[in-house]
Amino acid sequence: MVAFNVLVAVALAYVAFLFAVAFFAERRAAKGRGGWLHSPVVYTLSLSIYCTAWTFYGAVGYAARSGLEYVTIYLGPTLVMVGWWWVLRRLVRIGRTQRLTSVADLISSRFGKSTSLGVIVTLMAVVSATPYIALQLQSVTLSFAVFAEAGGRPWGADELAGGAIWVAIGLAVFTVLFGTRNLDANERHHGIVMAIAVEAAVKLLALVAVGVFVIWGIAGGPAQILTQIETSPIATWQQNGSRWISLIFLSAAAFICLPRMFQVLVVENVDERHLNIAGWAFPAYLMLMSLFVVPIAVVGLRLLPAGANPDLFVLTVPLSQGRDGLAMLSFLGGFSSATSMVIVATIALATMVSNHIVLPIWLAVRKNAKQANMSGDVRYVILLTRRLTIAGVLLLGYLYYRLSGGGAALATIGLVSFTGAVQVLPALIGGIFWRGATRVGAAMGLITGFVVWSWTLFLPSFGSAAIISEITATAGPFGIAWLRPDALFGIDGMDPLVHGIMWSMLLNTAMFFIGSVFSFPTPLERLQGAQFVNVFDYSAGSQPWRTSVANAEDLLIMSQRIIGGREAQGFFQKAAQTQGKDGYLPDVTPEFLEALERELAGSVGAATAHAMIGQLTDGSGLSVEDLIAVADEAAQILEYSNQLEAKSAEQDRTARALQSANEQLTALSVQKDAFLSQISHELRTPMTSIRSFSEILRDSEMSAQEQDRYAGIIHDETLRLTRLLDDLLELSVLADGQVELQAQTGSLSDLIDRAENVVNGGKTGLKVLRVKSEETLTLATDLDRLVQVFINLIANARKYCDAAAPALRIELTRLDEGYVVDFIDNGGGIAAEDQQLIFEKFARLTDEGKAGGAGLGLAICREIMTRLGGGIEYLPGQGGAGFRVSLPDHMILATP
Amino acid sequence: MSLPPSQKAAFLAKDRYRKRRMRDLARAVPVIGGILLMLPLLWSNDTLNSTAIVYVFAVWVLLIVLAAVISRLVSTDSPKAP
Repeated sequence: MVAFNVLVAVALAYVAFLFAVAFFAERRAAKGRGGWLHSPVVYTLSLSIYCTAWTFYGAVGYAARSGLEYVTIYLGPTLVMVGWWWVLRRLVRIGRTQRLTSVADLISSRFGKSTSLGVIVTLMAVVSATPYIALQLQSVTLSFAVFAEAGGRPWGADELAGGAIWVAIGLAVFTVLFGTRNLDANERHHGIVMAIAVEAAVKLLALVAVGVFVIWGIAGGPAQILTQIETSPIATWQQNGSRWISLIFLSAAAFICLPRMFQVLVVENVDERHLNIAGWAFPAYLMLMSLFVVPIAVVGLRLLPAGANPDLFVLTVPLSQGRDGLAMLSFLGGFSSATSMVIVATIALATMVSNHIVLPIWLAVRKNAKQANMSGDVRYVILLTRRLTIAGVLLLGYLYYRLSGGGAALATIGLVSFTGAVQVLPALIGGIFWRGATRVGAAMGLITGFVVWSWTLFLPSFGSAAIISEITATAGPFGIAWLRPDALFGIDGMDPLVHGIMWSMLLNTAMFFIGSVFSFPTPLERLQGAQFVNVFDYSAGSQPWRTSVANAEDLLIMSQRIIGGREAQGFFQKAAQTQGKDGYLPDVTPEFLEALERELAGSVGAATAHAMIGQLTDGSGLSVEDLIAVADEAAQILEYSNQLEAKSAEQDRTARALQSANEQLTALSVQKDAFLSQISHELRTPMTSIRSFSEILRDSEMSAQEQDRYAGIIHDETLRLTRLLDDLLELSVLADGQVELQAQTGSLSDLIDRAENVVNGGKTGLKVLRVKSEETLTLATDLDRLVQVFINLIANARKYCDAAAPALRIELTRLDEGYVVDFIDNGGGIAAEDQQLIFEKFARLTDEGKAGGAGLGLAICREIMTRLGGGIEYLPGQGGAGFRVSLPDHMILATP
Repeated sequence: MSLPPSQKAAFLAKDRYRKRRMRDLARAVPVIGGILLMLPLLWSNDTLNSTAIVYVFAVWVLLIVLAAVISRLVSTDSPKAP
């Protein structure tokens, strides 16, 4: 049997160990070697303050009384965690960008940095947390009493009360030492977080150990335990559907709204990505915590005498089996659950009280507002307030414990407390998802919810006739029956808890909605609303300060008093550097004021920080016009970015055009090279024969007939050379624009006749298909040049058409801008990639100069047509090669 | 500063599209869980708790596994700690 003194010694040693852990973690963090302190594992374990002593002891009692209903308390948070993408991610991001310090700060900050909302939320939080802290004191005291009784010296009421006050004092000392040692710029408590992570591991280990002992040590295995459940008093599934659903909702909402959960979830979060891990790891923790609850309850009900308190089965079952070591571990688990919850809850409440109640009062009491910021150490005031608040909250818890008699079943108080905390839910969820939510709506909802909760759940929780008299409870206040605390609006017969949850949440949400819809928000509210709701869109918000007359030195003095000399100087120096200035005093720009306000808000909350800066800057706050100006700036930025986009699209087009031009140039250059070698060859061949034959003429004796023949050959070759050179010359003359055009008139039909005669010269070969009756068009232009184009086109068809029976179709068509003459042959046509090139100089599609041309014909045609004011282009898709000569209206004298 | 909603891209590349759908999946998990956990309310009151306990914990494990798998598929872009 464990001696009671040994138990106390172990508890003290455990506390000393936690001190060491917290101290070590603080030291490590201070040296900037956070490392594993910032791991997702620590984050996940720190969330386990959700599992308080109520869970540790109370869940088993709950299961012994109501079967499986206890799991709802864990299923709610599980759903919130696995659904972290919905709410928690947004909440954590807002908490980081706005430097939130508590749930009251969130509400106050969202609704225009309102001081009054901060006060309301803080008061509600303190009231609803008090029973819960009482519960923790009670459970630790009861667990001590169990050991005292086992040691043969049962505790009476006096000893229980004495034990409770010692526990309260011990917790206050520990919390003050580590929770308020420093006023961090970002309100993070590495030591505390590390200590509660260790405690989380201890309580899980303890509960699992007891569970394993119960299943394998007593019952004999999982199969046996299931059989025992079937024969136990809680054998069947008898759940009230409304309670099941209400409790899952309640626990899910409480997980987000409880001040202590907000502290570990949002304020102590160092890295958003930790949510990713905690999203499944914390549900796993909860699952393990609740896995063994029913087995322990069933075995306890079977083994222990009928009057035994099921809330303490976790301790009494191992003790009854003589497993003192296991009982000791289990005691430490329960102790850990209670202490970690109380520590975090009191820190969260102390932050809220100091930032939202004491500081605003302190600022208001000082008559000269400007002096208030300068004189007196604000830091000292804040820290003192927090220490006093911690002690005060524990005292309240203790008083509640004494008042309520400490006898009620643990679970009931816990659920009443939860319902009080979740009254923040409509304002919180509305605030982060709905821009239309306003301060008036939030205040109306919060007050309504709080009143309904107090009336239906909190006041009755003190026991019948304690605060609400018996008559009022049964007949309603002033005899108004429909205001009875357990049957509002005359709806009778509901489970009291479901009744309280339903009406408080329903009326709260309704008032919040109505109040928001019918009120108009202040500029700062609208600005904050946009920043909260669109937190993923705007990483940098628009400034709540526009112009300023503040003195940088005054601001520095004030900041030093709040966040400490070193931090404040560092912050100011960095800001000055960013502005390109030396020293500690930056220019007081709106940007700087906003950054400073954020920095201060991390310590004293948004409302106080805003008020303090507002006093120094003579209230040069925000107006609706400023908001509109901000929106205009945003619109201008958008406009500018649209212009940039258009410009870049235009550049893209230019680049594409340049690229295609470049490709064409490259291809031409290749062609030109090929042509140069070609033309050298062409010039060389006639030159060679001219030279040879002239040598023969000079050196040999021959007949006159032979002489004639050789001279004829020389003459022919010279003609060929001349033709080539003529072409080149002609082209260069045309290209330079030095050509003289002679105005002539004539019929199109005649021109085509002329061209056809020149090419065919009476020989057969190319068949030309025309409808002469349609060609009665009189032209006024340089006809010789035009006929040259026609000759070229017909000659090309004759030379290059590869059909067995070459034929050329010549058609005249009327288009909008004039007439076109199409020359279409029945050959293979020209490949698409070559169609671009054929009009270029020196372009030739076949390598061998099979028709003696130099690849200048079409280039000359194009130059001529350009000079004449018409055009020539390749006409694809005609079955053969097709060329279209356009004759605009100004070339036409008369039409048929 | 990212662009206002009207300027957001209407169509995404394949990998980003996939990421978005994984986020939808992440959002669906609590809905699935809620439905599965309401189902026992349809059971008769004679159902044995030994059955119910197995069901509830099986759903619980399913949710944990789902959340763990999805947490690997979605990634958050976290800004540096202030």
